[in-house]
Amino acid sequence: MTYAFDYGWLADYWPVLLKGIGITVELTLVGGVLGVALGIACAWARALGPTYLRPPVAAYVELIRNTPFLIQLFFIFFGLPALGVRMGELQAANLAMVINLGAYSCEIIRAGIQTTPRGQFEAGASLGMSRIETFRHVVLIPALQRIWPALSSQIVIVMLGSAAVSQIAAEDLTFAANFIQSRTFRAFEAYFVSTLIYLALAILLRQALRGIGWGLFPKRSAR
Amino acid sequence: MNDFTTWDILRNLLLAARWTVLLSVVSFIGGGLVGALLLFLRIGKSRLGQIFVRFYVEIFQGTPLLMQLFLAFFGLGLFGIDVPAWLAAAVALILWSAAFLTEIWRGCVEAVARGQWEASSSLGMGYLQQMRYVILPQALRVAVPPTVGFSVQVVKGTALTSIIGFVELSKAGTMVTNATFEPFTVYGFVALIYFCLCWPLSKSSQILERKLNVAHRNH
Repeated sequence: MTYAFDYGWLADYWPVLLKGIGITVELTLVGGVLGVALGIACAWARALGPTYLRPPVAAYVELIRNTPFLIQLFFIFFGLPALGVRMGELQAANLAMVINLGAYSCEIIRAGIQTTPRGQFEAGASLGMSRIETFRHVVLIPALQRIWPALSSQIVIVMLGSAAVSQIAAEDLTFAANFIQSRTFRAFEAYFVSTLIYLALAILLRQALRGIGWGLFPKRSAR
Repeated sequence: MNDFTTWDILRNLLLAARWTVLLSVVSFIGGGLVGALLLFLRIGKSRLGQIFVRFYVEIFQGTPLLMQLFLAFFGLGLFGIDVPAWLAAAVALILWSAAFLTEIWRGCVEAVARGQWEASSSLGMGYLQQMRYVILPQALRVAVPPTVGFSVQVVKGTALTSIIGFVELSKAGTMVTNATFEPFTVYGFVALIYFCLCWPLSKSSQILERKLNVAHRNH
């Protein structure tokens, strides 16, 4: 191997990387929050909602879980304008991530909801809570607590999957790496550095989600 | 300009889907072999081996598959090899699948009760014998549904190889779109073909899991 590694471009191009990181983080935040919200709504519909809502939600979940994210992205960005729905690359990227995470988190959260003992619903009702109050206070929070680790990994997976949005020219971290390698011809180094950044982001995100879990859920007494 | 019938579009996509299937099979089998090797290191006695596998898994699960594909594509090139896209794609997907499969299987091995290890070692079995006759037969049963489930991730992962220029279903979708200017139809079909590949796998994973649970309850 006679190749000489050169990271000199970092001095000139770090603002590009930084901007890319910003977009990736922004996409993850929006996608994560709205995606989980969509997942909660779908999980409610599938587990407890009216019967007529269940088949369409199940179809949505199956369709998204069994097709690649890249194709969902292309369909939204290139395909939907044929129906007159036009959007910028960042909106398309955000929408694709929300739809994608919505389907996965629906299944995860539903698993949490369905393990709620029957008596919890009855206990909520007997305290005079409405169905919505019971769902919010008695069912949802403990369900989220049970499945929080699985949900956290899924959010990290979606963050890593967001690398694909560079393909519709959303200027995320991968886009920045592509840009740098096309300017400097240092392809390996550019991708190596951005891979390390992704690794750091994944580790940070995992820690942040653990922290959110700590803050969000009531502490259980040691059993 | 040529006119493309819907059948022309679908036919070209289906022809390209063969490469998606082939790459998925190669990656899954290759990933399974490497993953099994890593599994033996991970649950083996060697401290160094355990640490190595932990790092390996952390790196491959903590970075985007797309980046791994880029690094395989440009990294192999550093050795002076002219890297065809299919080679980079297969190498990256095999290493990536191995990381996930080894984690899945580790969970399955750990699900086998501690006492089974102790019982078999009290019968004077060595490590390999324990594995062969006691642990693996039990762990394999638990491992089947999640392993089948992961194969769906592999099929979907192959879509990213289109970005480094491997012509499979997604790349064909882009090429056909560029020729026909009908992205809605083309990507709709592409999604449908992926769905037809993945859904049976997802479904059988669910069914296997349910069957296995029944077996568990009866024991």
